[in-house]
Amino acid sequence: MKYVLMFTSDPAQLASVSEDDAQAVYGRIYAWFQENAASIADSGAELQPVETATTVKHGGVVVDGPFNEAKEVVGGFSVIDVADMDAAIALARTWPHLELPGVAVEIRPMVEDYSQFE
Amino acid sequence: MTASDALLATTIREESGRLVAALSRRFGDFDVAEEAVQGAVVEAVRSWRRDGAPRNPAAWLTTAAQRNALDLLRARGRQTRAADRLAASGSSPVGNAIDDRIPLLFACCHPALAPEARLALTLRAVIGLTTPQIARAFLVNEQTLAQRIVRAKRKIVATGIRLKVPDDLDDRLPDVLAVVYLAYNEAFVASSGGTHDRDLGADAAWLAEVVAASLPAQAEAWGLAALLRIQHGRAAARFTAYGDLVLLRDQDRSLWDAGAIKRAGEHLERAASLHSPGRYQLQAAIAMCHAEAPSWEETDWLQIVTLYGFLIVEDPSPVVRLNGAIALAQLGPDQAGVALADIERLAPDLDGYHLWHATRAELLRLLGRDAEAAAADQRALALTANEAERRLIQTRLRKHPLIDGS
Repeated sequence: MKYVLMFTSDPAQLASVSEDDAQAVYGRIYAWFQENAASIADSGAELQPVETATTVKHGGVVVDGPFNEAKEVVGGFSVIDVADMDAAIALARTWPHLELPGVAVEIRPMVEDYSQFE
Repeated sequence: MTASDALLATTIREESGRLVAALSRRFGDFDVAEEAVQGAVVEAVRSWRRDGAPRNPAAWLTTAAQRNALDLLRARGRQTRAADRLAASGSSPVGNAIDDRIPLLFACCHPALAPEARLALTLRAVIGLTTPQIARAFLVNEQTLAQRIVRAKRKIVATGIRLKVPDDLDDRLPDVLAVVYLAYNEAFVASSGGTHDRDLGADAAWLAEVVAASLPAQAEAWGLAALLRIQHGRAAARFTAYGDLVLLRDQDRSLWDAGAIKRAGEHLERAASLHSPGRYQLQAAIAMCHAEAPSWEETDWLQIVTLYGFLIVEDPSPVVRLNGAIALAQLGPDQAGVALADIERLAPDLDGYHLWHATRAELLRLLGRDAEAAAADQRALALTANEAERRLIQTRLRKHPLIDGS
């Protein structure tokens, strides 16, 4: 099954992490993608910081900032293809960034069977 | 509950989980399978009560559930795919796996599901309780409960939660045991008053034994089986004919089920032989001390206090510490003073918990501080939602102090 992993963090909490610690974790993310290549359907993208977000709302209104008011922001996403939810959870748990405070990975199954909409 | 109702309940309990698992496998759709079995259970209750139990109740349920599953798939416009699945599954017979219920149980207790949904879904899918029965047992709104169950089932299907025993049992078994434990406790709390067509306490104790027998190398599974078997073995003495709660101290111990306690002892020995202690085993060991004591006064409190010492290391929750303090107070007046100090320290955590106030009242009274004791009992009364406990505290305010160390 395919799942989208959404990598999120709370910038306020990350601000307390030392530059060296942040760099050390960041360095392991590349290795993570290599080690798990067989399970990654699409490595996705890393996003520019949340300050760069622009949202278009209902009615075409353009506003500065992300779509919601939450503290947590999406920093990137990847698509994985694994056997089941347990495998998705196991893989998400190894995401190196999770060592840092305020970091979370949201797992969402992708719609793959469009017959339900036919 | 009549004898035929009891037979009906036992059959449903024994067959539901197996059928849900088998039909899920056959049709590849847990939601449909669960709905189909639930429908068959409702039909069975109606039909068996009217016409008497069929000669082979298990086969009756299987036939009804399979027919429902096909109807459901047809109604959802997916009969072609269902037929494909049926063809693909070949002639695999329904319900003959070693124990299909365990993978099903792990799916229903999956950490990706909301904690409050896990219990309800487990009771429905694994042991065949109906939504109205669950709503009645837990005093929750039936519609809210139904929505919670539907949401959880859809999540299982949509997110690819499989019906399987996970590789990492250490990680996942505690969630399963917690749900079974909760099933028993909720049933106990809600069991006063009202008529019940299922004995939820018996169901939970039975399920704990199914889990332990299927995962025999798991010490805590045996510990929980022992604990619930003992608790259930004392159930007959816990309420009067009028639904009044009887505390351990005042229970008629001749009403305790000696056979159940013996069986619990065997489970506990089995757990101990695995050399992996845990909270359920310790709670069971404490319960066993009570079960083996001829009276409240002749209870081995020192042993119980020691066991609480270990339990608090495993589970330092305020309620466990409260119970440990109650046991300590039984050792003598000096220890009662220490216990009261322990209890006072739990105030920030337990100020909203009626038993904290009730216990505090008890110890204050023991130490001759009657006015403070009465005030604490009043607080306990104000916080009690359960009718049986309310009556108990009212009685105590009128009469004499009581305490429960179970």
